[in-house]
Amino acid sequence: MDLAFTPDEQKFADEVRAFVRANLAADVREKVKNGKHLIRDDYMRWQQALGKKGWLVYTWPKKHGGPGFTPAQRYIFENICAEEYAPGIIPFGTKMVGPVIYTFGNEAQKEKYLPAIRESTVWWCQGYSEPGSGSDLASLRTKAEKDGDHYVVNGSKTWNTMGHWADWIFCLVRTDSKSKPQEGISFLLIDMKTPGITVKPIIMADGGHEVNEVFFDNVRVPVENLVGKENEGWTCAKFLLANERLGIAAVPQSKRGVEALKDIARVEQDNGRPLIENQSFAEKIADLEIQVTALEFTELRVLSQMAQGGQPGAEVSGLKIRGSEIQQRITELTMEAVGEYSAPYLPGLLWQGTNEAPVGPEYAHLAAPRYFNTRKTTIYGGSNEIQKGIISKMVLGL
Amino acid sequence: MDLSLSDEQKQLQESAERFAREKYTFDNRRKIVATERGWLPENWAQFAELGWLGMAFSEEDGGYGGGPIETMIVMEQFGKGLVLEPFLPTVVLGGGMIARAGSADQKAALLAPMIEGKKQFAFAWLERQSRYNLADVSLKATKEGNGWSLSGHKGVVYNAASADEIIVLARTAGSAREPKGLTLFVVDAKAKGLSRRDYPTQDALRASELTFDKVSVGADAVLGKVDDAFPTVEEAVDRAIVALCAEATGCMDAINAATLEYIKTRKQFGVAIGKFQVLQHRMVDCFTNAQEARSMTLMASLKIDDKDPTVRAKAASGAKVQIGKSGKFCGQSAVQMHGGMGVTDEMAVSHYFKRLTMIDLMFGNQQHHLTRYSNLAMAA
Ligand SMILES: Cc1cc2nc3c(=O)[nH]c(=O)nc-3n(C[C@H](O)[C@H](O)[C@H](O)COP(=O)(O)OP(=O)(O)OC[C@H]3O[C@@H](n4cnc5c(N)ncnc54)[C@H](O)[C@@H]3O)c2cc1C
Ligand SMILES: Cc1cc2nc3c(=O)[nH]c(=O)nc-3n(C[C@H](O)[C@H](O)[C@H](O)COP(=O)(O)OP(=O)(O)OC[C@H]3O[C@@H](n4cnc5c(N)ncnc54)[C@H](O)[C@@H]3O)c2cc1C
Repeated sequence: MDLAFTPDEQKFADEVRAFVRANLAADVREKVKNGKHLIRDDYMRWQQALGKKGWLVYTWPKKHGGPGFTPAQRYIFENICAEEYAPGIIPFGTKMVGPVIYTFGNEAQKEKYLPAIRESTVWWCQGYSEPGSGSDLASLRTKAEKDGDHYVVNGSKTWNTMGHWADWIFCLVRTDSKSKPQEGISFLLIDMKTPGITVKPIIMADGGHEVNEVFFDNVRVPVENLVGKENEGWTCAKFLLANERLGIAAVPQSKRGVEALKDIARVEQDNGRPLIENQSFAEKIADLEIQVTALEFTELRVLSQMAQGGQPGAEVSGLKIRGSEIQQRITELTMEAVGEYSAPYLPGLLWQGTNEAPVGPEYAHLAAPRYFNTRKTTIYGGSNEIQKGIISKMVLGL
Repeated sequence: MDLSLSDEQKQLQESAERFAREKYTFDNRRKIVATERGWLPENWAQFAELGWLGMAFSEEDGGYGGGPIETMIVMEQFGKGLVLEPFLPTVVLGGGMIARAGSADQKAALLAPMIEGKKQFAFAWLERQSRYNLADVSLKATKEGNGWSLSGHKGVVYNAASADEIIVLARTAGSAREPKGLTLFVVDAKAKGLSRRDYPTQDALRASELTFDKVSVGADAVLGKVDDAFPTVEEAVDRAIVALCAEATGCMDAINAATLEYIKTRKQFGVAIGKFQVLQHRMVDCFTNAQEARSMTLMASLKIDDKDPTVRAKAASGAKVQIGKSGKFCGQSAVQMHGGMGVTDEMAVSHYFKRLTMIDLMFGNQQHHLTRYSNLAMAA
C-alpha cells in the first residue's frame, strides 16, 4: 500500500491537467467556477472534446472503447477535471445506458449506440420513475405492447432530468402485467423524436427547469430497440442503479465545494474580521472537510476492490448516502456564510444569464437556490431511506 | 400563572386564522406574489379595520392596548398562510421604534396614520459588511445647517419599495461597530438623493438596495436621541425576532400538517408511506420540534417586555436558536418525506421551507444567537 502516486501516475496527472487546460472552453470554465447554470451546448462542447481524446467514457473497459483506466487513474482524472472547473459529465449515456448496452445488448446495438455515447453526439435521458412509481420502481405501469415488429408504448414517466435536451430516452416498460412486478419489465431505447411523445417541464423550488414529465401516446418503437430479453429488464435496471449510485457520491465536486466555501468565508466579514476566523464557523468547515475525507477514502477502498475484479456491491449505497448529505451540507454552510445577502432572488441572472448586476457579491444570489435545489440529492437515485433499507438487508442481513 | 388566551385573544386568533385560510389559499398567494407590490392594499385596509395595525400599541399612542401576545397570535397565522403583507417592517419594527423613541409630534405624524393603514415603513440597518452585528453601520449622517446629510448604502431593506418612510440607522459619531454614535432618521422614501434597486426575495417578499447620496433631512427627522439609537434598535430587533419566531411556528404547523397528510395518502410498495417506521419517527421528531418552537416563542413573547434588557435579549436569542433548529428540521424533513414532489415549486411545502430558511437568516441565524445567548447566560 502506498498513498503517493507512482512516477507514471504523476505523468498521467500532468497529461490530464494539460489536456483540460487546452481543451476546456474558457467561457464554460468561468461558468462552472462561478456556479452558473450551463446550457446543453456547454456540456456538449466539453464532452465532445473528451470524446475525441477517448476519455469521455473513462469508466469503460478497453474492449468497449474505454481507456481502461486503473482506479488510480480514474481518481486522478476525476479530481483534476473538478479542480480545473470542468463541467460534470452527464451520466445518462456514459455511466448508465452505455454500460447496460455493452453488458446486455446485442452486437448491432453496440455498433449503433456506443460510438455516439463515446463521442457525445447523442444526448440520453433516463425514463425510470413514474408518478405512481418512485421508490417502488418495480410497480411501474408504462405499457409496451407488441404489434408486429414494433412495441406500442403508452403511459407517462416523470422526473426526467434534462429530458428537454435529450435525443434518446432509455425506459423501463411493462411488457407483462400478469407475472410478479419485477418479472414483466423490459428495457427499451426510444428516440425522443418519435411521434406521440410529449415533454412537459416541472419547475423546481429554486425556479429552475431541469426535470420533466414525459408522456407516451401510442408511441411506436421498433422491437430491435429492446435491450436484453423481453421481461428481463429488471436485471438491466438493477445493474444500472448500482452504477448510478457510485457516481452520485461526487467526491471531487464536494472537495471543490469545500474550497469554494472557504474562499467565500475569507471574503465575508464578521465583526470586521474575515468570517473564516470565526472559531465556530471554522470548525463547521473543518468538520465538513473531515466528512469529505472519510467519504473519499471509502470510495477509494471500493474502487480498489473493484480493480480486483467484481461489480460494486450494496456497500455503494453507503457512498450515495454520505455523498448526498455532504453535498447538502456544503450548500447549507455556503448559505450560512453569505448570510442575509442570500435573500435577493434574481431569476434573470440565475436562469437566463442576463447582464443584470448581482446584489452584493456574485456568489451571493446562488447560495439559497443551491441549498433549496440540493435537497434533491437525498431523494433521487433511490432515496436515502431506500439506500439504508438496502444496506440493512443486503449487508447487515436484517 | 395562566398561559391561556383571553376571550378577546381567542377572537383575534380566530379572525387571523380565517384571514389566512380564506385570503391565502396557495393559488391566491401565487396571484398576490405576481402583483406589482407583492401584497394587496385591500388586505392592508382590512388589517386596519380589524385593528391589527394598532393592537400592540398603548392607548396613549393611539393603539388598542395589547402587546406581544397579540403580535404572536397574528404572526403565527400569517406564518400558516405565508402572508405577504409587510406587517413586520411596518408595524413591529417601524411602529415599534416610533412608539419607543418618537416625540409626540412624530407619533402624531407617523404612528397614528400607520394604525389607520395609511402609512408604511421600512427599516434600513444592514450593510454589506454588517452580517448580524446591529452596530456594524457605516452609512454616515453629518450635520448640515440645522439638519443632516446622509450618505452611504443599505442592503436587503424589506418593504422599501412600498414604504412611505424609511427608518435609517446611521453613524453620527464613533468608530466602526461602536454601539455608541448611532442615530435613527426618518427619511421620506421619495427624498432627493435616495435611489433604490428593488428585487423579490427567495421567499417571495420584496426588498431593495438603497443608496443615499447626500440625502438632506431636517433636525426633526431624528428619531430618539442623537448618537444613542442602539438600545432602541436592539430592543426593536428583539421584538421583531420574537414576532418572526411566531411566524415560524405557524409555518412549522402548516408544513407538518401538509407532510402528515401526504405520508398518509402517498402509496408505495402497496401501502401508505406513513406506514414505514423511519418516516413515522421523523414525523414524530417534526412534531416535537414544532412543540419546542411554540414553547420558546411563548416564553419569549412573555418575557420580551421585561425591564431587564438581559432577560429580554436572552429570551429573544433563545427562541431564535430554537426556531432556527426546528425550522430547519421540519423544513428539510418535509421536503424529504415528499420525495421528488418536495423539491418542486408546485407544492406548498417548498414555499414554507424557503420561508423558514429565510427566517433563520433574518436578524441573526441560529449560530449568531447561540453565541449571543451564551455570552449573556455565562456572564450572569
Ligand atoms: C431532481 C430529480 C431528478 C430526477 N431525475 C430522474 C431521472 O432522470 N430519471 C428517473 O427515472 N427518475 C428521476 N428522479 C426520480 C427519483 O428517482 C425519485 O424521485 C425517487 O426514486 C423517489 O421517488 P418519489 O419521488 O416518488 O418519492 P416516494 O417514493 O413517494 O418517497 C417519498 C418518501 O417516502 C420514503 N419512502 C418510500 N418508500 C420507503 C420505504 N420502503 N421505506 C422508507 N421510506 C420510504 C422516501 O424515502 C421519501 O422520503 C429524479 C428525482 C429528482 C427529485
Ligand atoms: C432501568 C430500567 C428500569 C425499568 N423499569 C421497569 C419497571 O419498573 N417495570 C417494568 O415493567 N419494566 C421496566 N423496565 C423494562 C422496560 O420497560 C423494557 O426494558 C423496555 O420495554 C424494552 O424492552 P426490552 O429491554 O425487552 O428491549 P426490546 O423490547 O428487546 O428492545 C430492544 C431494542 O429494540 C427496539 N425495538 C423494539 N421493538 C421495536 C419496534 N417495534 N420498533 C422499533 N424499535 C423497536 C427498542 O427500542 C430497543 O432499542 C425497565 C428497564 C430498564 C432498563
